[in-house]
Amino acid sequence: MKKSQREIVDSNRKITRRGLLLAGIQIGTVTTLALKMRSMQLDHAEEYRTLADGNSIKIRLLPPSRGLILDRTGLIVAGNEQNYRVTLTREEAGGDVEPVLQRLAQLIPISDARMTELRDEFSKRSAITTIVLADRLTWEEFSTIAVNAPSLPGVTPESALSRAYPRAGDLAHVMGYVGPVSDYDLSRIEDPDPVLRLPDFQLGKIGVEGRLEEVLRGKAGARRVEVNSMGREMRQLSRQEGEQGATVQLTVDAALQNYAAQRLGQESAAAVVIDCRTGELVSICSSPSFDPNKFVRGISTKDYRGLMDHDHRPLADKTVQGVYPPGSTFKMVTLLAGLEAGVINSGSRFFCPGYTELGGRRFHCWSRGGHGSVDAVKSLQESCDVYFYELAQRVGIDRMAIMARKLGIGVKHDLPMSAVSEGIAPDRAWKEARYGQAWQIGDSLNASIGQGYVLASPLQLAVMTARISSGRQIDPQLIRSIDGVKKLPEDFPPLDISEASLKVARAGMDAVMNSARGTARKARIEREEWRMVGKTGTSQVRNITAAERARGVISNDQLPWERRDHALFVCYAPYDAPRYAVSVVVEHGGGGSTVAAPIARDIMLFALNGGLPPLDAVPSNQRAEMEERHNAMQLYTPEAPRPGRSRA
Amino acid sequence: MSYLNYKVAQVPTGLRKVFFINWPLVLLITAVSCIGFLMLYSVAGGKIETWAEPQMYRFAVGMVIMLGLAFVPMWFWRGISVSAYVVCFLLLIAVDLFGAIGMGAQRWIDIGPIRVQPSELMKIAQVLLLAAYYDWLDLKKVSRPLWVLIPVIIILAPTALVLMQPDLGTSIMLITGGGIVMFVAGVSLWYFAAVIGAAVGAVYAVLHSRGTDWQLLKDYQFRRIDTFLDPTADPLGAGYNIIQSQIALGSGGWSGRGFMQGTQSRLNFLPEKHTDFIFTVLSEEFGFIGAFSLLSLYMLIIGFCLYSALSNKDRFASLITIGISATFFLYFAINMATVMGLLPAKGSPLPLVSYGGTSLMILMLGFGLVQSAHVHRPR
Repeated sequence: MKKSQREIVDSNRKITRRGLLLAGIQIGTVTTLALKMRSMQLDHAEEYRTLADGNSIKIRLLPPSRGLILDRTGLIVAGNEQNYRVTLTREEAGGDVEPVLQRLAQLIPISDARMTELRDEFSKRSAITTIVLADRLTWEEFSTIAVNAPSLPGVTPESALSRAYPRAGDLAHVMGYVGPVSDYDLSRIEDPDPVLRLPDFQLGKIGVEGRLEEVLRGKAGARRVEVNSMGREMRQLSRQEGEQGATVQLTVDAALQNYAAQRLGQESAAAVVIDCRTGELVSICSSPSFDPNKFVRGISTKDYRGLMDHDHRPLADKTVQGVYPPGSTFKMVTLLAGLEAGVINSGSRFFCPGYTELGGRRFHCWSRGGHGSVDAVKSLQESCDVYFYELAQRVGIDRMAIMARKLGIGVKHDLPMSAVSEGIAPDRAWKEARYGQAWQIGDSLNASIGQGYVLASPLQLAVMTARISSGRQIDPQLIRSIDGVKKLPEDFPPLDISEASLKVARAGMDAVMNSARGTARKARIEREEWRMVGKTGTSQVRNITAAERARGVISNDQLPWERRDHALFVCYAPYDAPRYAVSVVVEHGGGGSTVAAPIARDIMLFALNGGLPPLDAVPSNQRAEMEERHNAMQLYTPEAPRPGRSRA
Repeated sequence: MSYLNYKVAQVPTGLRKVFFINWPLVLLITAVSCIGFLMLYSVAGGKIETWAEPQMYRFAVGMVIMLGLAFVPMWFWRGISVSAYVVCFLLLIAVDLFGAIGMGAQRWIDIGPIRVQPSELMKIAQVLLLAAYYDWLDLKKVSRPLWVLIPVIIILAPTALVLMQPDLGTSIMLITGGGIVMFVAGVSLWYFAAVIGAAVGAVYAVLHSRGTDWQLLKDYQFRRIDTFLDPTADPLGAGYNIIQSQIALGSGGWSGRGFMQGTQSRLNFLPEKHTDFIFTVLSEEFGFIGAFSLLSLYMLIIGFCLYSALSNKDRFASLITIGISATFFLYFAINMATVMGLLPAKGSPLPLVSYGGTSLMILMLGFGLVQSAHVHRPR
């Protein structure tokens, strides 16, 4: 648009007028700013200077007390205890920490190594960071420092709550532990709570402590205090209390957990007890364990190495994280897949000559002589492999995989624990995706007896057993309530498996334990009202080559530990009104019936009895042995702290 | 008028443009930035590599950009004003979408190695478009309702997007910055009086609604207002920062504690001391003299821009210059008012001094436009 000269002049006049008006407004604003500056820096400078120099107001955060973790009966399994400690801030020590450290070393014992560590830390961290000099002091040490505080500038004696696990290793894998907040932790959290930056604030690292961190942490309170230029507190101006973290109640029974841990002993093993009606994990025990208290206090390198190098892997949670070939315990899956697909019925029979030949390769039954004519119940009772080889060829892997997932294998169960494994329920698509290879019929045969690609965690085996026993889609639960609010689901939907098929599987499991030729007859419960049914499993961790077989398979005792078979056992009881399902896996333990089954039986008895297994519930020839074992156990006495009496 | 007192009949061309750059402005910008480097050095506890050095590199790049832009003729800016606005608008939408998909409030987009904050770019793009609009619009129509509505939409559309991020501070700056361009372009004062009157009325209504059954804000929002009015009410949150910032600022006194001697900032009483609260560090260490000098330097920059704008016969060029200098003004006025406890807003940098690349680049881009307008003014 062309503009006339006059228009331009008009426009410029207008801009000039308004521009000068704007300049006026801006000058007005800046004058206000300058006046405020003058008022603060000239008229009131003295007041501010006093505030800044003499006494400053500091905000001191009050760390919230961490929520308790209780077992299902209300025993504290993770609590808080008073911890006396001293901290030092370089800034407040006048810049040089050396003299202070020297003086302190005369009052309380500080090792040379710790001194070096401290010097290093002070040189690396900024001058205003508060660093903990010594932790877990005795009352005497603590008061000595408090009395000598005037000669120790910058040193603050303080008492704080620290996490304590009265049950030591029993629930270590379930609860996890807390530890100091690392830079890595902070980097992972969006907008971290300022309380995390307090010296030695403890953060849940793994397990329930880690997964329920937000719930357990609570909310920080704050104190406004006046401090003098030395940083010493002059008076408290106000105090705003924080909120304690929520109390979390687990489904785990600490007494049963303790018994299970003792019963597993030093074996590298896992035991899971699940309530068949509610899915509650009454015990979930991985052995050997470790003392989580050591992690809270800062574990020594030596102890840590010891845990890392241990060939039984104490740090790993074998119940949810460990996956094993389920061996014969998987046979219920294959059987149910066959029954549901209609390729067999409970009366169908296969002949077992001791092996199946397929494509020029022999698949052996564990019994070299064979089992003769086998039906569904007998297949489980005597754990005949050939029956399942035959069945697998008729059902096909895909239907077996679907059944496995229905029963909870190859499915990730949602538990607030670290590294819960999904396991593997292999099918054609899986192998194609994983290895880029086509599924072979031989793979199906291996899978049918829980070998080959199949992998399940002890948790999954327990869930499978609970589902078979109840006919419901039981999901495992670990949290009973949070702050008294119940967290358990009301009910579980029925499994998509016919009751008739389930009855066959249950009858087979009954035969395993209670019939004359059952593989686990020795581990039976003799009280009829607690009649237990189950299934043994012994899974190979090595391939037996034809050459080895020709020489005669070496018995397990003669093999090095790490090449021995895994022993597995799953069971539930009572038969007619299922209450608990138990799974036990003993790594490289040998036979399922001889090693895993008695352990599972004893744990089951403890759960059913609510205390030590009564001797009359086991076959008479095992009673003496059991009594001896009980005497050797160091079980917790029931007098553990309860919330009412706790200091926390 | 060129400061060289060198009259030419025509707009300079080619490299000769270099003589017509507003060098005093360049000098002032550099001076303020140097104060920034000093403060960043001091805040880092006498380390140059923490903040000062990266900031110097950024400033050097910004300087090159500014001088480069000074050579770009005005017709180019007029030509791209619409597309620049549209691109910024689309980027703002993109950011809002990302923010919705990702977690929390994201205000930037990463394009390769460059992090773009569309809301900042929008401050410039909006000024460009408004200036082009008023340059094109017949002066007689400026105050007619329909022709007022268009720039209002130009301002409010991106503001709404920025509010969704949510970024109240930038929204207010967009509205005020745009409003100033409209003001200078000659829109009737009655409109401004009406808007300000309505705003005051709204604030009054909100404050009086408290406790009644037609309460207009949530309780927590009222508590935030309380915190502003009395910082000691919320010692943990924003109140704490303001108290500490005021203590640091006031304790500077007439001449300050001396370079690198500020105790409040060093003792970590101050949060964000290298970004939003850097003015308090300056005030503590150099006192009223230092703070007032910085304020004066800022006002000189504004003065030079204003003089350049008012002596420019090209309506488009002068509107751009005023719009950008107003944006610059808002930056430092809001920041200073905040740290002194006069304004509740938070999260605004002190221009050319605070550590941070985005606002520095935007400012240098803006000053590039100012220089371009200055160099290519009709004579």
